Amino acid sequence: MTTIAELPPGFADKVLSAQSTFRSVMDAMARPGSVQRIVPMAGAPDTMMRGTAAIALTLFDHDTPLWLDARMAESSDVTKWLKFHTGAPVVQDSSIASFALISDGGALPSFESFAFGTSEYPDRSTTVIVQIDGLAAGRSFELRGPGIDGVATLQASIKPFDLFERLQMNEALFPRGIDVVLVADDAVVAIPRTTRVVSKGS
Amino acid sequence: MDQVTQHNDQQAQRKAAMAVLAHAEAGEIAARLRNLSLPDHHDLRTPENGLVMLRGRVGGDGAPFNLGEATVSRAAVRLASGEVGFGYTLGRDGEKARLIALCDALVQSRDFGGAVERDVIAPLREQLMVRRKQAAAAAAATKVDFYTMVRGEG
Repeated sequence: MTTIAELPPGFADKVLSAQSTFRSVMDAMARPGSVQRIVPMAGAPDTMMRGTAAIALTLFDHDTPLWLDARMAESSDVTKWLKFHTGAPVVQDSSIASFALISDGGALPSFESFAFGTSEYPDRSTTVIVQIDGLAAGRSFELRGPGIDGVATLQASIKPFDLFERLQMNEALFPRGIDVVLVADDAVVAIPRTTRVVSKGS
Repeated sequence: MDQVTQHNDQQAQRKAAMAVLAHAEAGEIAARLRNLSLPDHHDLRTPENGLVMLRGRVGGDGAPFNLGEATVSRAAVRLASGEVGFGYTLGRDGEKARLIALCDALVQSRDFGGAVERDVIAPLREQLMVRRKQAAAAAAATKVDFYTMVRGEG
């Protein structure tokens, strides 16, 4: 049980911090596979990484239904912090969520349970934000697609291991689909729905 | 005193403080706070502006309707000792909302509650009362009494 007195604070400078974080996420989306840093820091509840907290403060508001995975949802620190600082409603039904926060990638539910958007409004899909262990070590992936000049290489230790296999359903769904944002501490990488994994090493 | 009474007392005190601070000028609050040695504090929620929908009722008890939107600023401040104060005020003066939040936190604090009530809120309350009385007196001076003439046919 946390009282409001123990909540970590939000951004120190709301406007500039949110702008800078938005820029990082936008650049990450525009250049899939590139690692962007999130500079401004806010206090974050324990199961949430600094980058995730900054993205939450930037992108979430009362108009963005939010779905939390089991580990996030069971922490009252996280739900209270999100409610106090962003006002985003936490929903149980992941198929109406604008954003999904995943702290335990191993337990990522099937993408089928999220919103793909509609052909008329492909933007009404769920953006899945997955916290991963790191972007320095792990398997390497080769990415192709809009925003990538040739091939981009991404090295990351990602859970679930079959994330990119699962994302292949984006090919058939286009323009509908799922956009994924990977967060490792203060680093962020985006895998939008247009990005294809062409090969991967070990 | 049991905990519930204590809590209610504190809520009443905070409410009374808000009633005064919301009507005070930011400069006046700041000037009076400057005389206190303030404890460490930081912004839990930096000042932000937003809109609230004002609801009205015709005649005070009719069906509710939306009167229009008003600009509101809010802030939250936490003292080093843990007390959290909230400030809401009409208008776009974020600094005023922050000062109100700070006062609200101080009112709840055991060490500063008395000092802030004595040196900040009481003088402001007095000023507010004086201003209200003057306005009431100015309005009262223009009062016209109407007498109903009894007509002949009655």
